[in-house]
Amino acid sequence: MIQLKRINKVYDDGFQALKEIDLTFEEGKINVLIGPSGCGKTTTMKLLNRLTEYTDGQILIDGKDLNQINPIELRRQMGYVIQNIGLFPHMTIYDNVATVPKLLKWDKQRIRKRVDELLQLVNLDPETYRGRYPSELSGGQQQRIGVIRALAAEPSTILMDEPFSALDPISREQLQDELVRLQREINKTIVFVTHDMDEAIKIADQVILMKDGQVVQKGSPKQLLENPANEFVREFIGENRLESAKTLPPLSEFVVEGYPSVTGQSDLQDVIDVMVEHNLAELPVVDGENKYRGIVSLYRALSNKQAVLSDVLDTSIQAVNENEAIDDVMNHTKNAPGSVIPIVSNESELIGVVNHNQLFQALHQFYQRKSGGE
Amino acid sequence: MDLFLDYFEFWQDKFDSILAYTYEHLIISFVVIVLSVVVTVPLAIYMTKMKNEKIKNLIFNIANVFQTIPTIALLAIMIPILGIGFKPAVAALFLYALLPLLRNTYTGVKSIDPGVVEAAKGMGFSTFQRLFKVELPVALPYVMSGIRVTTVYIISWTTLAALIGAGGLGDLVLAGIGYNDQHMIFTGTILAIMIALLLDLLFGKFEKRFSKV
Repeated sequence: MIQLKRINKVYDDGFQALKEIDLTFEEGKINVLIGPSGCGKTTTMKLLNRLTEYTDGQILIDGKDLNQINPIELRRQMGYVIQNIGLFPHMTIYDNVATVPKLLKWDKQRIRKRVDELLQLVNLDPETYRGRYPSELSGGQQQRIGVIRALAAEPSTILMDEPFSALDPISREQLQDELVRLQREINKTIVFVTHDMDEAIKIADQVILMKDGQVVQKGSPKQLLENPANEFVREFIGENRLESAKTLPPLSEFVVEGYPSVTGQSDLQDVIDVMVEHNLAELPVVDGENKYRGIVSLYRALSNKQAVLSDVLDTSIQAVNENEAIDDVMNHTKNAPGSVIPIVSNESELIGVVNHNQLFQALHQFYQRKSGGE
Repeated sequence: MDLFLDYFEFWQDKFDSILAYTYEHLIISFVVIVLSVVVTVPLAIYMTKMKNEKIKNLIFNIANVFQTIPTIALLAIMIPILGIGFKPAVAALFLYALLPLLRNTYTGVKSIDPGVVEAAKGMGFSTFQRLFKVELPVALPYVMSGIRVTTVYIISWTTLAALIGAGGLGDLVLAGIGYNDQHMIFTGTILAIMIALLLDLLFGKFEKRFSKV
């Protein structure tokens, strides 16, 4: 775990690059620093391997003060991937990937095994690629090597500075997928800098949105999308993404409460009177403890006037729990004959009903808005 | 046919002294090249790390000035300082070699993709490791081309060193002018050309072997 406590950075010319940065990068999570250029996201990341120094504050890595660690040693324990890839052009792929293990003086066999293992991890055949030079690889392949080079010495933390932004969209998508997959396998703390919101939403466990050297909002992509802290966050995320992230309203918004109901012992004529009075075609029927029993329809009641209520009661219509997701409600009630869906609490007490038509209309509107229609 | 026979006879007669001149020539050039590489390459690398633009420009300007002085004049200037013979010749030619070597090495190291340098830093190379394992190998083609160009220059300029009594193939040419002996002039010239070409070829091979960019 890495903690940044009240970090400030002021340049010699008085420009304050970072203001009171308080952050925690948790173990095994992908933390994405994002913001417009000049917001201090790369600077914040470079603090962690001491490529830049801060003016005051404190950084702790697993509880240890960063300044107590020798910068050379520190960097060897951290993977580092940069936008320009930066493979060493005079070295083979093998030597490139083996760079940090060699610096750490691993024995040859261990290095060899590790390099092959890593090449396989990103689906590059070791036999084919081990002896090639970086210039013989495509951009996407090069950055794959860049990523596994950072993983080579099994660092606990990996810093990635816009690693995929110079790649073509297809390679970028692939590498993002691979990173998420890799992360599940290797479980490292990743600090990832980007200016691409889609990328952040796709890969992040924690998104840290920065502006002018300050953290504006941090949280999961979902939290940011559902609750943007202010106008800047809204703008940065973009209306389209906010709109498409909107979830369906909860079922409770559609429940008509206080809908009349009758108990199972009621006289059928009384039931018909209630329906006529409220101008309704269907009524839910409950027992003495307000537990849902079934639905009685006006049509059936009228055509069997001599019968008792329990004879015309339709028990095939299932009640729906109030906490169910609205999509599910649609799914298992689409074949229901009636126009209302009874809604019950966890104790199966009747709360109210949902009108089928109303629900349909609301959903229709929602999806139309989402797909950009009027 | 007579021409060839005459020339062949000339070689038979003068073989020992031709060899001696060639040897002198090689020694002067070799000392100059080694000396200038040893001094200039580290200086150029140091300059790439230097933040002070003024000092950098000053060094380049000094090197530039030496290059503009006519070769004969520079050799002549050396006489009152270092006398005649081997030493002043080496000193003058050394000053000549400065600029091309300095420029090429400096440009070479400067032209390294900043991403490569940043990656090396971020991966935990120490400054020296970075220099020897990354920066110099990557800049090698530039450094080598500087050395090649300079070597060819030096071989050719060393001919002039004979003027201040340093010997070498220049002596052969000068004597040829004195005696109006075309064989001597021709031999001196041809040998100087061949040494230059040969060394260029050699460095080219070396460069290919050690730089795989």
